[in-house]
Amino acid sequence: MNKGILFRLDWVLILLYTTLVVFGFFNIYSTTYQADVNSIFDLSLPIGKQLWFWLLSLVMIAFLMAVRAKFIQQFAQIIYGISVALLVGLFLFGKTISGATSWYVFGGLSFQPAEFAKMSTALMLGAYLNRFQTNLKQWKSQLLAFGIIALPALLIVAQPDPGSALVFGGLIFMLFREDLNLIYLYLLLAAGIIFILSLLYQFEATSLFLSFLVFLVYFLIKRIRPKIKIYPFLAVLILSIGFSYSVDYIFNEVFEQRHRDRFNIVLGKTVDNQGIGYNINQSKIAIGSGGLQGKGFLQGSQTKGNFVPEQHTDYIFSTVGEEWGFLGCSFIVLAFSGIIIRILIRAERQTNSFRRAYSYGVAGILFVHFFVNIGMSLGLVPTVGIPLPFISYGGSNLLFFTLLLFVHLNFDANRLSIW
Amino acid sequence: MIRKYLLVFFTLCSAILFLSRLFYLQIIDPAYKSLSDNNAILERSVYPERGLIYDRKGTLLVANQPAYDLMYIPENSKAFDTTALAQLCGVLPERIHSQIKKSKRYSYKLPSVIVRQLSKETHAAFQEKIWQFPGFYLQKRSLRDYKVEAASNVLGYISEVNRNDLLKNDYYALGELIGRQGIEKQYETSLRGEKGKEFFQKDRFNKILGPYENKSFDIAAKPPDDITLTLDIELQSYGEQLLQNKRGGIVAIEPQTGEILALVSAPNYNPNLLVGRNRSSNYRKLAQDTLAKPLFDRGLQAQYAPGSPFKTLNALIALQEGTITTKTKFKCNQGHYYARGQFMKCHCRRGTQNRLIPGIYKSCNTYFAQTYRSIIEAGETPADGLTRWKKHLNSFGLGNYLGYDLPIGKPGFIPDSSYYHRWYGPKGWKAPTIISNAIGQGEILTTPIQMANFTAAIANRGYYIRPHFVKKIGDSVVLDQLPKNQTTISKEHFDPVIEGMELVVEKGTARTARIKDISVCGKTGTVENFTLIDGVKTQLTDHSMFIAFAPKEDPKIAIAVFIENGYWGARWAAPIASLMIEKYLTGTVKRSWWENRMLNGSLEEEYLKPLSGKPFTINE
Repeated sequence: MNKGILFRLDWVLILLYTTLVVFGFFNIYSTTYQADVNSIFDLSLPIGKQLWFWLLSLVMIAFLMAVRAKFIQQFAQIIYGISVALLVGLFLFGKTISGATSWYVFGGLSFQPAEFAKMSTALMLGAYLNRFQTNLKQWKSQLLAFGIIALPALLIVAQPDPGSALVFGGLIFMLFREDLNLIYLYLLLAAGIIFILSLLYQFEATSLFLSFLVFLVYFLIKRIRPKIKIYPFLAVLILSIGFSYSVDYIFNEVFEQRHRDRFNIVLGKTVDNQGIGYNINQSKIAIGSGGLQGKGFLQGSQTKGNFVPEQHTDYIFSTVGEEWGFLGCSFIVLAFSGIIIRILIRAERQTNSFRRAYSYGVAGILFVHFFVNIGMSLGLVPTVGIPLPFISYGGSNLLFFTLLLFVHLNFDANRLSIW
Repeated sequence: MIRKYLLVFFTLCSAILFLSRLFYLQIIDPAYKSLSDNNAILERSVYPERGLIYDRKGTLLVANQPAYDLMYIPENSKAFDTTALAQLCGVLPERIHSQIKKSKRYSYKLPSVIVRQLSKETHAAFQEKIWQFPGFYLQKRSLRDYKVEAASNVLGYISEVNRNDLLKNDYYALGELIGRQGIEKQYETSLRGEKGKEFFQKDRFNKILGPYENKSFDIAAKPPDDITLTLDIELQSYGEQLLQNKRGGIVAIEPQTGEILALVSAPNYNPNLLVGRNRSSNYRKLAQDTLAKPLFDRGLQAQYAPGSPFKTLNALIALQEGTITTKTKFKCNQGHYYARGQFMKCHCRRGTQNRLIPGIYKSCNTYFAQTYRSIIEAGETPADGLTRWKKHLNSFGLGNYLGYDLPIGKPGFIPDSSYYHRWYGPKGWKAPTIISNAIGQGEILTTPIQMANFTAAIANRGYYIRPHFVKKIGDSVVLDQLPKNQTTISKEHFDPVIEGMELVVEKGTARTARIKDISVCGKTGTVENFTLIDGVKTQLTDHSMFIAFAPKEDPKIAIAVFIENGYWGARWAAPIASLMIEKYLTGTVKRSWWENRMLNGSLEEEYLKPLSGKPFTINE
């Protein structure tokens, strides 16, 4: 069926992946270290669970490698349908863990369908974009494409797990690659900047600044093209100010205090090392105390003292920082950048737009995780609870990220086959 | 182009952002790296046991004793019998209740003190039953243990540091002990040593997980130096017994070395009162006793007019200045008119003609008034003469702090010309105006230790070593660092004065101080003094004063005794001084009649007189 795939696989990527996973084991082991541990394969321990899940993923990879890319493309709709059904099913059969109904639990094993939905949505979107009728220059296609992303994302928001839902935003890079008008990108960037400005400075100051900027640009352009009209600039200005005002309003009136706090801490407007800022501060202390080389495996005093909550899942990067220092952290940052960029480079070599789009989706998802998780541990991004792929503790997490990546590897290995 | 490299661009930007942030947090910013900022590491101080204090003969005076604080961790506690616990510790159950409530408010996981400083006996009984009280344990603390209940005024005491100490000295932390008074304060750095540090790994509940990094960061404590005092504790205790029921002071100095053999202040207190659980209430009681003033060191802080012993100094100055010789005679008719209508009384018979030596042993007021006048009038102006006189006195350590090694003291007072100018105007005074200084009354003020010191200078025939209380710090000897202070009086002038002082005891005013086979040289004093009662200046019974040294050749002890309102110098001060000398030089006291009279004598009635609110007689 898929002969000789082993020779065509991107072994560099697999090596990077494996190194990260193994490095992750060390850090999970250290974070959840107990002196009287018997075996690292003990299922009652996080490290044991993680190891078993990895073995399971390896088995699934073996199956996956035998499947042809064409087959996956044909089944994309069905896979997407299943994952949406699973997300809906959560409202009936899901188990609530720390406030979010995100899990199916069978015996001792738990499964998070949102992880699966990331992959299935990327497949579905890829398949949709590959259709002959799809043209992202048209409203209808754009609407449908956004709908494919929004459906699972909204279901996940309802769990509520807004962090995981945010990851679906990474799929927008698929659309940009497949000819979505770049005006969306600029709008997004502008909105982001106005958002941060409105939070950092008051609404009034932001409006003043925006007006100044718009008129400056207008007069500069007018000198070159004297006939340009002022109305579009005014429209942009009014829209921006309106957006800034609504950000101000939403932030102060709609957001709850805990959401406000998350932003304020990152923006440096609040110092609160005991309450909401505790995690971030402890994480920064742990990372900072690592120095250049780190304190060494199992030597992290912050890690041992359990100062950082959720350290084996969302805050695993602080363990890396404390025990492996600047060198360990740089390795992770570089490895992730390497993985993402390598996926993108290989994707560009695809002739089939489904497979290229999918790989872009993988890269986009990994990028959001990478950016948000590490950014949060370093106090650069507001607290959003999503894991660091391949490293954080979490069984279905590891399993589905592995599958996500290896579907890309499969596509990559088979890029020369037309179907 | 943009479409292809958009995500690559974002990824690279994030990577650069993260790497620079990591570089800042991990390499540049030291705030997150230092041990003390690291909240996973508990830094705990290790205290060396405070240094011991010995007397000059090696008798242990101050040691340390263990005391036990009853500690409590609410988290580990189960139901227990509060009444039984209260009974064991000897406190009321309500107190236990309220302390437990407090500790719960403080922390469920951290220990709090429930009862402070259980005694050794309570501790022993408690150890057997502590299993009945889960969550409680006993923590050892170190308290001072005064082996000899004497010399509290010299030893001083320690107490917990207060905010003020913390501001002044960053060595200390809250709850630590600091020397508050006496030797404990003066030699604080020697006695406390240097605390060390231990580091522990802890978790986020502050629970200790074990030593940090195998103790490699720990700093060992530096042990303190033990201190050997110059005091002879036997003599000191004896002096304290002699002064019971009296107010006053005794200062005894070894003349050749300046070592203080005894510094007695009465009334005093038992040093063990300021140790342990009742420390603060005991201290309050002592501090609030404004009549007897047990915390006031009369040996160092009380400034009295010196009285007749001061005549010896005037004699020395006059001899040095050449205004009299040993052969100079002055007439005395039960006193003399020193100015028109101003008569100074003396107990000499009419028509007496005294030379210097009889003048001393008879303590003739007239003789010394004339002598003093001759000193003042030898200058071109009285101010000139007074300045010279003062210079001599300063060389005996009068009129300024002596510089001994205890933290308290008073400078005394020797008037200078500007002082009298202020009172009388530059031309308004002459020798007769200030004639009271001749006999140690007038404006002069001295502390007992200053008197003992000038006595030592006379005994040494012209020099003194700064008096001090510490002989050895660890192994280093203090005396080696102290210079000889030479007085301005030539050696030969001391012999006639000492001759006179010997005769004071042999056949003069202080025959009560005579000791068989020991030649004691002394000088009595009977010092007029006044107080204000309802705003009226009222004379009280004279202070009884005596200075002495012995033996005459090669003196071993110089002593000053001051008994407030004891009347004649010979009545109290002289016998007490002589008993002290006998005790020190021979080791025993054979004159038990005198000893009993001094031990049992009480002046308490005398001290009550001015407080009674009724008229009273003095000098009975």
